Amino acid sequence: MFDTMLSRPQNLFDQLESLQRLLTRAAGVEGAPGGIRSVAYGAFPEINVGRTQNSVEVFAFAPGIDGSSLDVTIERNVLKISGTRASAIPRGDTQVQLYANERPQGRFSRAVSLPDDVDPLKVEAKYRDGILRVSIALSATAQPQRISVQ
Amino acid sequence: MAERTELTTTKAPDSNEHPTSPAVDIFEDAGGITLLADMPGVAKDRLDVKLDGDTLSVEGRVELQGLADMRALWAEVNVPRFRRTFTLSRELDASRIEANLKDGVLTLRVPKHAHAQPRRIEVKSA
Repeated sequence: MFDTMLSRPQNLFDQLESLQRLLTRAAGVEGAPGGIRSVAYGAFPEINVGRTQNSVEVFAFAPGIDGSSLDVTIERNVLKISGTRASAIPRGDTQVQLYANERPQGRFSRAVSLPDDVDPLKVEAKYRDGILRVSIALSATAQPQRISVQ
Repeated sequence: MAERTELTTTKAPDSNEHPTSPAVDIFEDAGGITLLADMPGVAKDRLDVKLDGDTLSVEGRVELQGLADMRALWAEVNVPRFRRTFTLSRELDASRIEANLKDGVLTLRVPKHAHAQPRRIEVKSA
């Protein structure tokens, strides 16, 4: 099940919690239907999406990355975040003993469908403390408009 | 990856749940042990690295700005707290721990006591 024991949390309860999260999310238990394109286990970076009055905010939890090397694109209302995270583990050094290798490394890419009422031309992306925050303004025509009655 | 995340409503983040365990890389060389922990969203003033005897604990809070009127649409990170503890073995010199936090990655370096470093013992021929 685990490719190597080094890449999964050692603590028994953490392992149970990881398994539980995987199963409940994929199987659509806990109220919310599982997405038809369910996220594979270990997806990096993890993503939160929220909605304010004027914008949609996407938070990608991607620590330890050079912000300028992140590739953020929007195409047909799909936000795609890609990049590479280098491994911090010294390779090829026979003196080094590895005990845990849980942090995802290598190439990553995640795509999020944005709601229909966003304006893809009004996007701002900021990377701080390991979180990439992408703010997409809502389209002006999507805002409620007051129509005066003559 | 060809997969795409479709937004569906899910429960909002609950800060009363027990903290998430951050993913770590741990490796040892001749001089000591290095630990890296993923704690995205944790700034220096929200990070707590504590040593209690031989137990090292790492704790951090995630602070996201401007959330007052935000409604959650999708949350894979539900708990804004990280916490993990480790037991340090005796040959590590806990008093000389170095900690560094950059872009949400905590790097800890715990050197070994000078007397515990590997030494080559010279064999003299009689």
